Amino acid sequence: MTPLLELKDIAAGYDAQPVLQHVNLCISEGDFLAIIGPNGGGKTTLLKVILGLLKPSAGEIIRHVPLHNLFGYLPQNSAFDRRFPISVEEVVLSGLLSEKGILSSYTRADRRKARELLEKYGMGKYAARPIGELSGGQMQRVFLCRAIISSPRILILDEPTTYVDSHFEQEFYAVLRDLNRTMAIVMVSHNLGTICAYVKTIACVNRGLHYHNSNLITPEQLQLYNCPIELITHGQVPHRVLGLHNHPQNT
Amino acid sequence: MLELFHYDFFQNALLSTLFIGISCGLVGTYIVARRMVFISGGITHASFGGLGLSFYLGLPPMLGATCFALLSALGIQCLGARRKISEDSLIGIFWSAGMAIGILFIYLTPGYAPDLMSYLFGNILTVTPAQLILSAVLCGLILLFFALFSRPLFYIAFDREYSQTHHVRGGTLDTAATIIIALCIVLCLKLAGIILIISYLTIPQTIAALFYHNFRQLLVASALISTLGSVAGLLAAAALETPTGATIVVCFLVLLALAWCIRKLPARRRTTPN
Repeated sequence: MTPLLELKDIAAGYDAQPVLQHVNLCISEGDFLAIIGPNGGGKTTLLKVILGLLKPSAGEIIRHVPLHNLFGYLPQNSAFDRRFPISVEEVVLSGLLSEKGILSSYTRADRRKARELLEKYGMGKYAARPIGELSGGQMQRVFLCRAIISSPRILILDEPTTYVDSHFEQEFYAVLRDLNRTMAIVMVSHNLGTICAYVKTIACVNRGLHYHNSNLITPEQLQLYNCPIELITHGQVPHRVLGLHNHPQNT
Repeated sequence: MLELFHYDFFQNALLSTLFIGISCGLVGTYIVARRMVFISGGITHASFGGLGLSFYLGLPPMLGATCFALLSALGIQCLGARRKISEDSLIGIFWSAGMAIGILFIYLTPGYAPDLMSYLFGNILTVTPAQLILSAVLCGLILLFFALFSRPLFYIAFDREYSQTHHVRGGTLDTAATIIIALCIVLCLKLAGIILIISYLTIPQTIAALFYHNFRQLLVASALISTLGSVAGLLAAAALETPTGATIVVCFLVLLALAWCIRKLPARRRTTPN
């Protein structure tokens, strides 16, 4: 697999307080990586380092692809003003910001691409609507379109299903699986149960990073990785996932 | 009233109203979208300090007002970003400090400050040819700025963190927009007056927002409504012999009421049960 991005012995934190230390990670083409870990363990900090929002205090980041279409990013909860005057189509077009820079103009082809993506994800008829009128699930689809309009090599998602219902969640993971054919995906999640079936590899982040080269992970392994996840240690993982780990099924 | 059009001073006033209408429509759209109305009020009142100082030193009033407007706008932006003092407190400080400095210097200036009332309440009829040229140049600059940068400007304003993931920090563009706001406010002092300026930056945008929800349409619609309202207000003021600044604001309010009726009445008819 061709590597796209490598983190080498990264340390990062805020105001001289280290959150991450000695982190090594390589993201390659075709990856579907879940980043899990306890709250405050450094998941978001790691994403910020990967995205270039936070400069690491030590270590090296090697990018094997030009920066302008390396990342597509779907934030956990876009902190935007619901009354901001922007249409759904413009929100999708804003995903081309780094490709266009601040001086280039947006072409008819760009608009067509935005419309096509919205159609594909069932949001075509909302293109001219203000973004603030949409429901949580609809917004998430629009932000997904914004994240992938630049055809990024790595799609980064921060707890993408926090504010959506479980029906949409299943649908959303199917979409991601489809997208994974053309781009690597890195997803932060607290819900290990659901994602296990979709991801290929798992990284446990708790100050350090432990890379687990499979989508099957046992509570013992998590303990070994110093990765206390509430769901696992308290035994509340959904049945079908316990089945994956060869635990007895009750149903 | 038609003979008014033959006078140079009225032609100047009309043209300058046109330029200011376009400028305020565009800049106001950004101010309203970013919820910077209070900041704009602060910059406006801070510029009064510059007027007072100019009267005292015998300098052109617009010079002092421009300096104070720019310094307060950039001051609020820089100090606000450091987050040691909350932004709305900062605005309050600049707002009252500007007024206090202005009042003190006008008190200290011997004699009567002739133009003072027109700066407080606006009087476009006294606009000079030099001010007309200045408003044309600034209007051109503002048009160019929004034609080139409206998308990145509004994209960054919409979701700053997301823009940063695109390696567009937006600092320079923000500062440019702040400077444009300050200059636009100074440009309007003569037409609108310090007390009434905010209405030029908010009412046309509120009217446009009744019909449009995307910033690109809002920019065009606000500029048109603002121009229409201020020109109509100026003509009404000339016909009724009332103060121009206040008449234009009333004209905006009439347009707002009309727009609200147009927008709301059909909706009510649709929802009324048969």
